[in-house]
Amino acid sequence: MSTWMPWKIAQKEMKVLRRKKSVIYYIIALPLILSVLFSLVVQNDIVSSSGLPSDYQLGLDSLTYFFVVFAAILPASIAAYSIVGEKVEKSLEPLLSTPTTDGEILLGKSIAAFIPPIVAIWAGASIYMAAADYLTDGLLSHPYFPNWTSGVMLFLLAPLAAIFSIELAVIVSSRVSDVRGANQAAGLLFIPFMAVFLSAVEGTIALDPETLLIFSGIVLVVDVALFFVSKSTFRREEILTKWK
Amino acid sequence: MIETENLTRKFGDLTAVDDLTLRVDEGEVFGFLGPNGAGKTTTVRMLCCLISKTGGSARVGGYEVGSEEDALKIRRIVGFVPDNVGLYESLTAYENLDYYGTLYRRTDAQRKESNEYFLKMLGLWEKRDTMAGTFSKGMKQKLAIARALVHDPEVIFMDEPTANLDPEASKGVREFILELKKEKKTIFLNTHNLDEAERVCDRIGIMNTKLMAVGTPEELERSVRGRRTEIQLRVVTDAILDSLKRVQPRNLVREGNKLTVDVANPEEENPDMVSAIVAAGGRVESVTVVRSTLEDAYLKLVRDAR
Repeated sequence: MSTWMPWKIAQKEMKVLRRKKSVIYYIIALPLILSVLFSLVVQNDIVSSSGLPSDYQLGLDSLTYFFVVFAAILPASIAAYSIVGEKVEKSLEPLLSTPTTDGEILLGKSIAAFIPPIVAIWAGASIYMAAADYLTDGLLSHPYFPNWTSGVMLFLLAPLAAIFSIELAVIVSSRVSDVRGANQAAGLLFIPFMAVFLSAVEGTIALDPETLLIFSGIVLVVDVALFFVSKSTFRREEILTKWK
Repeated sequence: MIETENLTRKFGDLTAVDDLTLRVDEGEVFGFLGPNGAGKTTTVRMLCCLISKTGGSARVGGYEVGSEEDALKIRRIVGFVPDNVGLYESLTAYENLDYYGTLYRRTDAQRKESNEYFLKMLGLWEKRDTMAGTFSKGMKQKLAIARALVHDPEVIFMDEPTANLDPEASKGVREFILELKKEKKTIFLNTHNLDEAERVCDRIGIMNTKLMAVGTPEELERSVRGRRTEIQLRVVTDAILDSLKRVQPRNLVREGNKLTVDVANPEEENPDMVSAIVAAGGRVESVTVVRSTLEDAYLKLVRDAR
């Protein structure tokens, strides 16, 4: 499999996405809204509270973690759109008749579903972290961000969550016949990541680098397993004869 | 260029294509006729290596259908026009062609040249920067055909290329197919349209899960019933009928003052019949040679198969 061809497929996918205004707003606006919203939470609920520094830290980390949750949601919508959208437009069959391999097509679509949301999430998280550092300047002796926890969240767990959601979206795409159905199914992907968040809030687990690394390891294993399932789902024969 | 031997595809208990054996030569336009569900699309999908076969063998351009190694080679030399155009509606006409040129690993210069060539040839050059989603059905179909040709394929598979098009758009697509025929492209044309098949195809296969007949349009027409001669007389008398039966005894049918007779060679037999009628005192108003049509052949074969 060449690396050039998936990139060309991804470029075309991203060109199509750029022309779908609703998708663009969804990808860009959501992380930006989150960054503004979370900055307000920091201002109103963290800075103005009289808690201990450890409480500030849990609050700030929890908010950062939400970007991981969104990394598990946004790419799925794009991947589902990219595959189910092609099914709806009936453009998959001519695409499959070209001398590209199933793996190249799948990788190209996955790259297109991965890059825009993850860049938007990193941008949103950067804005949030800069705002949080500015707002907590008087509370903490040093800027809280960047730190190892946010680094693991954003540069390890968030990409793994994005891959998780893309692979599940591919599998979901084979079972649904419209983009809305795919999006609804993709919307459920945040559940395991929210479960971790709720466990942290309840104090069952800590949102520290060690815990996050363990969770990342679990997600990595799941990603590898899902890779094989999605790869076996995304085969010409399956798509043309068994997909809805 | 295309050879199949006992090619079979089953979906569970359902046999979509049964023991298909045929050969399509280089530069030939081969029409594949059959009712809905006859296995035409399944055959094309197998030959384009989109789905696997469950039996028999097939070769396209010398490459083996069903071999993983040859599948990419086959897809490289074939162009495929599916029954649904499947264009990227939010890409322009030019971008649609350019993307496919890229998928076929054409260089920038090759893509630029072929995109311009086909868009101009199809009268879409002025619309090259217009989103394909805004095109009429006919324009979309033309663009879909151009998309299948950007890599200069040796074999072109077309699945119902004029289905759902208005007569004018159909004519445009047919003329384009005839242009391709002049360029000696091998074309495998799935169609319901008998008139289209008769106009553009060198040979036709009639399929209904099994291949029921193959031949040139003329051969298929003759295979149903030979030619007939219709003779319109002012008055038909018993003396005329007796006289005619002496020279042409085959399947003489009378309808009022019109006589219909099966003939093998109308150029030789018609003068004898006219002489016999005149000798018996008859007055001939008209003599018409009637040929069976491809439609007759198609309908007979499909009905016989039921």
